[in-house]
Amino acid sequence: MWTWFYRLASPPYVYGLAAALLPWLLGSAALAIGAGLVGGLVVAPPDYQQGDAFRIIYVHVPGAFLSLMVYCIMAAAGAIGLIWRIKMGHAVAAASAPVGTSFTLIALVTGSLWGKPMWGTYWAWDPRLTSELILLFLYVGIMSLRSAFEDSQRGDRAAALLGIVGVINVPIIHFSVQWWNSLHQGPTIAKIGAPSMPGSMLWPLLSMLLGFALFFGAVLCMRLKGEILIRERQSTWVREAVGS
Amino acid sequence: MTVTTSQGIAAGSSPGDAVGAIGAAAAIMRRELSLSFRRPEHLVQPLVFFLIITTLFPLGLSLQLSQLRDMAPGVLWGAALLSSLLSLDALFKSDADDGTLEQLALSGQGLTVIVIAKTVAHWLVTGAALVLASPLVATALDIPASAFALMMSSLVLGTLTLSWLGAIGAALTVGLKRGNVLISLIVLPLAMPLLIFGASATERAISGTSAAGPLYLLAALCVLATTLAPFAASAALKISLD
Amino acid sequence: MSAQFWSMGGYAGYVWPCYAFASGVLGWNLWAARRHYLEARRRARRALDMMEADRA
Repeated sequence: MWTWFYRLASPPYVYGLAAALLPWLLGSAALAIGAGLVGGLVVAPPDYQQGDAFRIIYVHVPGAFLSLMVYCIMAAAGAIGLIWRIKMGHAVAAASAPVGTSFTLIALVTGSLWGKPMWGTYWAWDPRLTSELILLFLYVGIMSLRSAFEDSQRGDRAAALLGIVGVINVPIIHFSVQWWNSLHQGPTIAKIGAPSMPGSMLWPLLSMLLGFALFFGAVLCMRLKGEILIRERQSTWVREAVGS
Repeated sequence: MTVTTSQGIAAGSSPGDAVGAIGAAAAIMRRELSLSFRRPEHLVQPLVFFLIITTLFPLGLSLQLSQLRDMAPGVLWGAALLSSLLSLDALFKSDADDGTLEQLALSGQGLTVIVIAKTVAHWLVTGAALVLASPLVATALDIPASAFALMMSSLVLGTLTLSWLGAIGAALTVGLKRGNVLISLIVLPLAMPLLIFGASATERAISGTSAAGPLYLLAALCVLATTLAPFAASAALKISLD
Repeated sequence: MSAQFWSMGGYAGYVWPCYAFASGVLGWNLWAARRHYLEARRRARRALDMMEADRA
């Protein structure tokens, strides 16, 4: 167990691992998303309340879920890099941030497009979407901080610290926005009736969730390879990897 | 002048000693306060900025006075957060640039003590001054005098919490040339809960309903920030300094 | 079937943009990650070449 953990701190090993995993992740992501699309757009029956508009759930919820999960992964990887001084932790954090931001954008855009037929407006300050918007700001702040430093090691560590501070804040922000919303608005339409969802509607959602997670893994591997090369360009093993 | 002060701090404290740490913190705070009172523009500028922002909204919206009262808490709190942030990027900058910070850190006192002393001193100069000036702004925004006590206590909690968050932001960006926009970008999203609870407490104080709920939540955030932020900010300073 | 499928029960104007946007973002991710990797490889290669030139 520990030897495996130590190997994960070794750049050439992680580089090779990412390269080896990439095609498998990409292929299985394509399969899961493809199955989810067929299930969500064709097989699942229209919702009795929302009609066919509910089909937006199959891109909205995976985007929202992954945006939060990627943030947690990014913060955890940054913390590992900061505490144990493991360069690969920072590489994972740096590779995750843009992907997480893009998932946040998916959640926001699809959420507001869903809001129009449901609430009559694109932006109703729904608590979940508002939290998602603040999450977008947190992502942008972390990425700006990392790129503001000329010394990339310092940028990595500063971004990692901000990520940890953000992780403590995300639940507080979510709670405060929900608390605020409960004062100002009547009950909003519950988008997800997860427990009461029939199987024909549920399995495409799970398939899409899995597909988005696998897709994140694939893009992470691709970006991770780049981040490792940037951080290790002085090392001898890079010569073989680059092939010059 | 600054060098002799910090040497005095180093000489007058025994490292690792709690009493020494408090003494050193008091010495740093005295130095910070005397420095800012020697340059009163540091004191005045955030206050004027606070007044200007609160003037922008009524003029821009051209409302009836009764509607002004409805949006007063949000305007007041938005302006308070922005003007407290304005002065924050200077929190560690000048001391980091001239080497005082490293010298203080080497003086045997942990960075955490320095962070606490400087942040509290900064809050006394900007945050407390802002709280004291708030009745003026509140009157202009048609907030009744009966709400002042609750409004001011919510502002005390909110600006103090923001100072802790801002200390983290200032420590993270201390080595950067153009850090001031970045500080706002980093700190403002984290400060959203403060705005929500603070504005809501003020709103309830105006309408005469119980403001205890949001005030307790603000106090909880303040305690959380006061316990965790000094460590986060000193870790951030360590990243920027070495 | 086909026309009914594309009309999405009258919600076509909301459902299809969502899927288009989501697939656009996923596609951007692949493209940007690929570009990021190639750029990093180019930089690493240049750094290696410079080291070689220094040695020579």
